[in-house]
Amino acid sequence: MSLALNGLTIVAVCAGAFFFLAGTVGLLRFPDALSRLHALTKADNLGLGLVVLGLLFQVGGVFAALKLIGVWLLTLLAAATVSQLLARAARASGPHE
Amino acid sequence: MADFLLAAAGFVLVTVAVGLVRILSGPGDADRIMAAQLFGTGGIAALLLLAQAMSVPAAIDVGLVLGLLAAFVSVAFVKGVTRSQADEA
Amino acid sequence: MALAFDIVLVLLILGVATWTISARDTFAAVVGFIGFGLVLALAWVCLAAPDVALTEAAIGSGLTGGLLVGASARLRRTETTSGETPSISLRLSAGVVCTFISAGLAAIVLELPGKAPTLAPQVAANLAMIGLDNPVTAVLMAYRAVDTLLEVVVLLLVLGGIWSLAPDHLWGGSPGSRHLAGPDGVLPFVAQLLVPVGILVGIHIFWIGSVAPGGEFQGATILAAMWILATMAGLVDMPAVSRRWLRLLLVAGSAVFFAVGFAGFAMAGAFLAYPEAYAKLLILIIEIPLTLSIAATLALLVAGPPERAPQE
Repeated sequence: MSLALNGLTIVAVCAGAFFFLAGTVGLLRFPDALSRLHALTKADNLGLGLVVLGLLFQVGGVFAALKLIGVWLLTLLAAATVSQLLARAARASGPHE
Repeated sequence: MADFLLAAAGFVLVTVAVGLVRILSGPGDADRIMAAQLFGTGGIAALLLLAQAMSVPAAIDVGLVLGLLAAFVSVAFVKGVTRSQADEA
Repeated sequence: MALAFDIVLVLLILGVATWTISARDTFAAVVGFIGFGLVLALAWVCLAAPDVALTEAAIGSGLTGGLLVGASARLRRTETTSGETPSISLRLSAGVVCTFISAGLAAIVLELPGKAPTLAPQVAANLAMIGLDNPVTAVLMAYRAVDTLLEVVVLLLVLGGIWSLAPDHLWGGSPGSRHLAGPDGVLPFVAQLLVPVGILVGIHIFWIGSVAPGGEFQGATILAAMWILATMAGLVDMPAVSRRWLRLLLVAGSAVFFAVGFAGFAMAGAFLAYPEAYAKLLILIIEIPLTLSIAATLALLVAGPPERAPQE
């Protein structure tokens, strides 16, 4: 049982790490600020979600699991709304590149 | 398992560092204000992994606080950038 | 593996620190500073000090970062016009002094005796008598409560110092300019979503301080950040600093702290002494107004000196 849980954790955390890597690659390679923002917010938040999913199998107790999910939801909420602001500011600060 | 989680946390930190280099060497203000978002998600992921690997459950609370403050700092950056642009205009 | 992670973290800390110092643009330096706070918080977690990590993430990185962003935004206009850079000899001597200080600190840390004298066992032994489970809170609010009281008074003095930066005709006015909600409405939406959640989290962190890492300073920082966020979104306006209720709120925490302290003479024979049966209750009576006061103080610290005349 715990072997299966460990396996699930490893798979989920690896997938999450892959998405973090994808987000950083996007940050490095995309041509302008708006698409970099796109890579940053979408890929990184998905990576965080997968990491949280993986940790859910490891953590003991319902309260800690709920807190983990709460952290992810809060980050998702904040990122989704704040990225709108960042995009408007990025567009307003003019095409630099 | 703890070793694997530590390795994953280190990996996430390295991706944050590489992203940071790009953000800080970028040409405009628009790049800087993304930094708070980068720290928000990457830092929280590393913290949560560390919380489990080091058996410090309180680090999840630190992640919660970090999420809120990353949003706060992002809004402060946006306000700061638009204010300084209005000053120059 | 733990050693490898520690090495990665240390390299990251040094790298971010070096970058912050050598950044050209103030905004970039502030970003570096906030990142530095984050990796430092991670280091504290690795050292099994979650209370310090919480404080570092909240105050050291988050709130101070917000303060520095506001300051650097104001300085933007003057930055491009100042052409002075320090001379090479000045920079070299600064580098030499810093190297000596770092080497001295490293020598001291590495030469520490293996078993440092510590009061931790006594702290742990008497926790049950106070009724708290978190030794850090016990030290802050019971064993060294005088230090906490004086810290809060210092915060108030700092606030007075910041207010004194206002020009005479603006004394007593509202800090910061009036933030108007933009026509798009994204910013008010963000604030309307995040501020209630933030207030809940702030109260949670404050309340859990008696049994787990947390406490009134960290909770107050989150509340302060949420108040400033609501102000930046135009949802509420910063009150004029001459308002009676604001000033009462600011001093309520230290006033109650002093009152309980002097009552300690009557109850248990010394300043800030708690009688055994009522220790937890007295600490709670101090902590609740203290959290609100510190939240208001920190929010006003970040908001800055008054910039609008009081409407009288």
